Amino acid sequence: MRDSIIPRLALALYLVLLMLPIYWLINMSLRTNADIMSHFTLWPHEPSLIKYREIFRDPSWVHAFGVSLTYVAINTVISVSVALPAAYAFNRYHFVGDKHLFFWLLTNLMAPAAVFVMPFFNLYYAVGLFDTVWAVALAHCLFNVPLAVWILEGFVGGVPREIDETAAIDGYSFPRFFVRIFLPLIANGIGVTAFFCFMFSWVEQLLATTLTSSNALPFAAVMTRSYSASGMDWSLLSAAGVLTMVPGAVVIWFVRNHIAKGFALGRV
Amino acid sequence: MNDKPWNNRAWFFVLPVLAFVLFSSIVPMMTVVNYSIQDSMGVNNFFWNGDAWFRELLDPSTEIGARFAGALVRTFAFSLTCLAIELPLGIAIALCLPRRGWSIGASLVLIALPMLIPWNVVGTIWQIFTRADIGLFGAVLTGIGLPYNVTQDPVSAWVTIVVIDVWHWTPLVILLSYAGLRAIPDAFYQAARIDGASRWAVFIKIELPKLQKVLVIATLLRFMQTFMIYTEPVVVTGGGPGNATTFLSIDLVKIAIGQVDLGKAAAMSLVYNLIIITVCWVFYTVMTQLERRRDA
Repeated sequence: MRDSIIPRLALALYLVLLMLPIYWLINMSLRTNADIMSHFTLWPHEPSLIKYREIFRDPSWVHAFGVSLTYVAINTVISVSVALPAAYAFNRYHFVGDKHLFFWLLTNLMAPAAVFVMPFFNLYYAVGLFDTVWAVALAHCLFNVPLAVWILEGFVGGVPREIDETAAIDGYSFPRFFVRIFLPLIANGIGVTAFFCFMFSWVEQLLATTLTSSNALPFAAVMTRSYSASGMDWSLLSAAGVLTMVPGAVVIWFVRNHIAKGFALGRV
Repeated sequence: MNDKPWNNRAWFFVLPVLAFVLFSSIVPMMTVVNYSIQDSMGVNNFFWNGDAWFRELLDPSTEIGARFAGALVRTFAFSLTCLAIELPLGIAIALCLPRRGWSIGASLVLIALPMLIPWNVVGTIWQIFTRADIGLFGAVLTGIGLPYNVTQDPVSAWVTIVVIDVWHWTPLVILLSYAGLRAIPDAFYQAARIDGASRWAVFIKIELPKLQKVLVIATLLRFMQTFMIYTEPVVVTGGGPGNATTFLSIDLVKIAIGQVDLGKAAAMSLVYNLIIITVCWVFYTVMTQLERRRDA
């Protein structure tokens, strides 16, 4: 079956269906609003990049794009680096309350964000972080840190414990072992975890828009503003939507080999 | 698995994680608990209300209780429908993905694209995409003669939300399953070939058990996300027609922001949260027990 034609056809069909809505988005981004609303067309008859130019020339869009990338990057770095030692601890040792703690971490992904928005606003206002990229980066840790711990724990499990022991016998101190030997061994896991953290922080908007007002307005917030100004600017919104896919696509291109090489090495 | 050394100093490794998570979780959680036992009259005017909100909420004969029960049933139905489609589809596509060559990278990037779009944009895409006059999906369905109308017909609205979720999140299942499949050593397949095992037997006896751990994560994540779905139905159907697609989270926001009924909304979100945690805990415990029994 692996070599037969059926899987390839199924995959091709799936990819085509998957791409159709995205094609429609690109299609709309190249047409004018009047054109989008007036008739149905499979491809743009007079494609124009005018909306993209509008976005690139407007400082508030460009600034917002930078803001979003900044807090996503900060969040990804924090999430992966604090999750690494924790994932190691959960996989290698028993300690008081380990199982409960592990599950409790996951419950932080289950809080309905809508109701927590107000308290979040109060909290970050009180500590003086409101309207900074740090507020969003820290708030996103709520769900990204637990996720990173869960994913990384599986990768840690994929590294045989004999390696830890051998390193200790060879006289490696623990920090040196962890950084020089252990981290390179789970590089795949780190790449994949970073992708997931990046993704979930990039698409989250409720917290991101609540915790900022002007200085650190994320890309998604500028987008919402653009459709309240003068009716719906479908074309502009589509162009912005297309641009939001670019950073993630770049990130996944870089981690594609990590995924293909064997994610969840230990989880399996 | 059971020979892990006992070492309480491992707590020090976990402390940074706790610091970051607790900072963002404990204060908001306590605020919500605090609201849930009070009634609010205007701004900053709260009265002690005990467990009245909770009793009202869990009693289907009251107005809010009936709403809650209805939304709960719809939300469960939605979650289970999505899981029933996305898990098999995700595994099947993961099995179809090539194992070598340049096409892996390209396929993975394409598959991941839907997940990278901010959620309100996903809603916006589908808002147009499902319109019969200017959207491909709507035009095709109406073209082949189906009575498709998102804003008038509950079945259409329901199907649309499910299709959106399947489109948006099956890629997560695919990525996790594919990575899990790649971690199965070739030796297993060679042994199966020598034994003359059928393709189906290879899947059931080798691939599925080896995928168990990634599938547990995928199922938990997908359950939580579908159970808390908000943005897509709000943008595409607005919870309608009637309240056909009014899920728990939509009702919650209506009460919290629309009616500024903080007490009720807080009580509701706690019950809501507790339901998700319970379901996930039962599922997680059952799966880890099964695994331990198989390993033993």
